[in-house]
Amino acid sequence: MAKKNLSKQKKMDTRVNFTPMVDMMMLLITFFMLCTTLAKPQAMQLTMPSNDDTKQMNEEDKQVTKASHTITLYLGANDKVWYVAGLPNYDDPSCVKPTSYGKDGIEKVLNEHTTEEGVNPVAKIKMAKKELDAKKNEYNSKMTDEQYQEALKKLKKGELPSGEKVPTMTVIIRPLNSATYENMVAALDEMLISNIDKYVIDNVDKMSDDDKALIEKAGVK
Amino acid sequence: MAKIKIQKKDIWIDMTPMSDVMTLLLCFFMLTSTFLTPEPVQVTAPNSVSEVKIPEQDVLNILVTPEGRIYCGTENKNNMQAMLETMTDKFGIQLNANQIKHFREDAMVGAPMAQLGNYLNLDTEKMGEAIQKLGLPLDSINGGKSEFQEWVAAAREANPDIKLAIKCDSKTPYASIKKLMSELQDMSENRFQLITNLDVKRLND
Repeated sequence: MAKKNLSKQKKMDTRVNFTPMVDMMMLLITFFMLCTTLAKPQAMQLTMPSNDDTKQMNEEDKQVTKASHTITLYLGANDKVWYVAGLPNYDDPSCVKPTSYGKDGIEKVLNEHTTEEGVNPVAKIKMAKKELDAKKNEYNSKMTDEQYQEALKKLKKGELPSGEKVPTMTVIIRPLNSATYENMVAALDEMLISNIDKYVIDNVDKMSDDDKALIEKAGVK
Repeated sequence: MAKIKIQKKDIWIDMTPMSDVMTLLLCFFMLTSTFLTPEPVQVTAPNSVSEVKIPEQDVLNILVTPEGRIYCGTENKNNMQAMLETMTDKFGIQLNANQIKHFREDAMVGAPMAQLGNYLNLDTEKMGEAIQKLGLPLDSINGGKSEFQEWVAAAREANPDIKLAIKCDSKTPYASIKKLMSELQDMSENRFQLITNLDVKRLND
């Protein structure tokens, strides 16, 4: 009888129940999934001019842009935005035109802006950038990141691959004190979308009295 | 007879493969995870199409809440301590070991120098509540630098390669951020990264 008992013991099941372990694993995974940031936040590089007045600009550093190559944006309260194409006409407040953020607003304004040479530089550069992106992303593309950046730099300077040279736009962004930070980022975003290299965030408090009077007349607030 | 046999059949599920998969997933998450840095106040960054990643190291995070409260801090705790030492020397404040320990545990500085000692005396739980009502002052001290500027200068001294990353709530009035940027410009810190969320919808348009 004793021998029989022994043989029975040998047949005992040695499988380990993994269910509690799996439970624990699940818990740990949930914990890690909730506590991690998989999507890293993005950043937008912004370089502002120095306030230091002692560093005087050299005459050659100063750049002059043609009036028709300039657009001024006024960012106001309640997500409203106005723009002035070229030089403002201080006698006529209607030169300050309302627009909106996004695809059908600022982007369209910039895209359809015609300079005195009769070209739409933003639209042309955007087309060229699309082609460049397609070339970069195409299967078996041999373009390195450096080459891409190089080409992009040229584009932003207005040198199209076809050899045509288009003027580049300068945008002056004037966020009013009533605007929000989101508005400022949205405006900077439009510069990125429209590949505009030359833009500046201007302080409305240091604006000329003519400009102040003009936007007041145009109802910008 | 046959029916009884089926009922007796053992329904043991082998969990080993599942456990294997779980371990794999767990390893993946443990290795890839970078923990969320606790922020004194929750802020929602605005969206943008910019795809530039912020660097992982040498970043001074500047947090701006919708009310315009300012906090700053960096991940490197040794830099933080160096900043604290510079600041306490400058303002003539003595901190005990317990206060310094609390400071090291805190993710970001937000208490004005006058209240720093009291703030660091609080319990860890109470500190989290108290900091929400504080914030670094932007007012210039006797026509000189403001406390915020002093902290940035201390951070620059502790780590000359530090980059400034501004995380600001999208609803913050522009006037607050203008003041902050103007103070940074005054001390020739005129390159910053604005932290944003990727706007995938706009990017694909």
